[in-house]
Amino acid sequence: MSAPILEVSGLGKRFGGFVALENIDLKVAPGERLGLIGPNGSGKSTLVNCICGTLINDTGTVQFNDRDLKGLITHERTRLGMARSFQLPRPFFSMTIADNIRVPLLYTLNAHRSEEQIAARCNELLGLVGLAGKATQFPRDLTQVDMRKLELARAMAVEPKLLIADEAMAGLSGSEVTDIVNLLITLNERGITVILIEHIMSAVMQFSQRLVVLVSGKKIADGAPDIVIRDPEVERAYLGQ
Amino acid sequence: MRTMSTWMFALVACVVAAAVFFFVPFIGKILGWGDYIYIASYTVLQYVVLATAWNILGGYTGYVNFGSAAFFAVGTYTTVFFHKLYPLPIPILVVLAAVVGGLIGLGMGYLTLRLRGAFFSIATLAMAVVLQTLIVNWDFVGGSRGAYVIRPASIVLFDSYIQYLFVIMLALVVIAVTVARTIERSALGYGFAAIRDDELAAEASGVPTLKLKLIATALSGAFMGMAGAPFPYFIGFLQPSGVFGLEYAVNSIAMPIIGGTATWIGPLVGAILLGTLQQVATVTISSAVNVLMVGLLLVFFVIVAPNGLVGVVQNLFRKKPGAPS
Repeated sequence: MSAPILEVSGLGKRFGGFVALENIDLKVAPGERLGLIGPNGSGKSTLVNCICGTLINDTGTVQFNDRDLKGLITHERTRLGMARSFQLPRPFFSMTIADNIRVPLLYTLNAHRSEEQIAARCNELLGLVGLAGKATQFPRDLTQVDMRKLELARAMAVEPKLLIADEAMAGLSGSEVTDIVNLLITLNERGITVILIEHIMSAVMQFSQRLVVLVSGKKIADGAPDIVIRDPEVERAYLGQ
Repeated sequence: MRTMSTWMFALVACVVAAAVFFFVPFIGKILGWGDYIYIASYTVLQYVVLATAWNILGGYTGYVNFGSAAFFAVGTYTTVFFHKLYPLPIPILVVLAAVVGGLIGLGMGYLTLRLRGAFFSIATLAMAVVLQTLIVNWDFVGGSRGAYVIRPASIVLFDSYIQYLFVIMLALVVIAVTVARTIERSALGYGFAAIRDDELAAEASGVPTLKLKLIATALSGAFMGMAGAPFPYFIGFLQPSGVFGLEYAVNSIAMPIIGGTATWIGPLVGAILLGTLQQVATVTISSAVNVLMVGLLLVFFVIVAPNGLVGVVQNLFRKKPGAPS
């Protein structure tokens, strides 16, 4: 494994007396497609929030491209090349679809971009996710699947090296799930490392090269997907004894 | 219109201001108000600046400031303070008031911007009370007795001192509106709007939310301070209970909401309409009716047209959803 793009070691997070995450170690290689699964309340989103800086971990470290992220707040981590999409889409409701993409384009690259470059990149990103025809509409006019696509396009606009998709497919129909999985694989083929957090197992299995399982704030499995899902401990966590 | 550059807009604003300058005396003559037209217009223009300033924080970033009166008062008392030391020309006092107002805005932002929604608003209200207590107990600027600021009998280039104050306020309107419009179309404006819509998503899009909110509170505070700077010369006798009064806080919020908070036009339209209505009511009915009127209009607009007059007009011209663009 080449030098990891993301390295989480000994990470712990408590909410009062509740231990949400305990001693999590995780390495992600550049260009990898990693699936992160676990039952509800197992700490997946908390882990994402700690990695992105939305929450501050109590113990352990998060390193991104060999840089310790301690003390960096979310937008600084975003600018280093770490993007996320939210579990529930959180578009900027008062802006058009195009302007939703424009915000990260304006705020992430240090080099000044001309108005033409921004417009071009905006069209390109909307084309990539298949929203090009809806650039002037508002988020409230979008369907659920288009909202997810917008979420991914906005994440892509920060030119990420690592994309964390937090339940990008929850509540979508079968063909829509395939749409999003294919989109994520396309992004990965462009060199972006992707961590997918998902409950829909068909999507996870189709997408992931490696699978990590969290249960009650602990990592209980990490390995090739077909081996991991046959792990007795994982079966027990999902199906009970 | 949409692509008009900032300088072009400033030029147009100056031309409009010049037209207002020549037009206002005629209205005064028609109404038989004489110089009183300048007093009335000054008050309306002052509210345009206050409403525009409030909107930079309240409309663009969505943080509702209930303490506008305190920032206005900071501007007026900056003038009183320097007037006691050495009488300076008003334009210089305006700059000083902007600096003090901006710094207090920055301080308030730093202390309170980790709070959101109603909690932030309550904190601004508390800050207004703290500042009022400070002023009431500060003897040098008059304390609770108030302060007299005697304006010069005449001023070069102008017919009367009140006309001079009117022109200064007209200039402040041009500056405030031009700055607000420039912000709206800049990266800063997109950042502000992102904060208003969803702060977490804004951070995840690389927007430095705390820094931007501090810029908004500082700018908003600076313009409110500027609006207050000429006021002691306008009113002559200044009382803490007057300048910290409810009408400034309420009008600063009501005018942008009635006009529409998303654009620079909203506060301008809201302040001109409501301000003029208040002036007419003051002359024809009574000054006490003002606050009642503002209250009723505010309730009406919040319920019937939450996007203000600008929103109503936009809806009239908007294409139906799904129509090809």
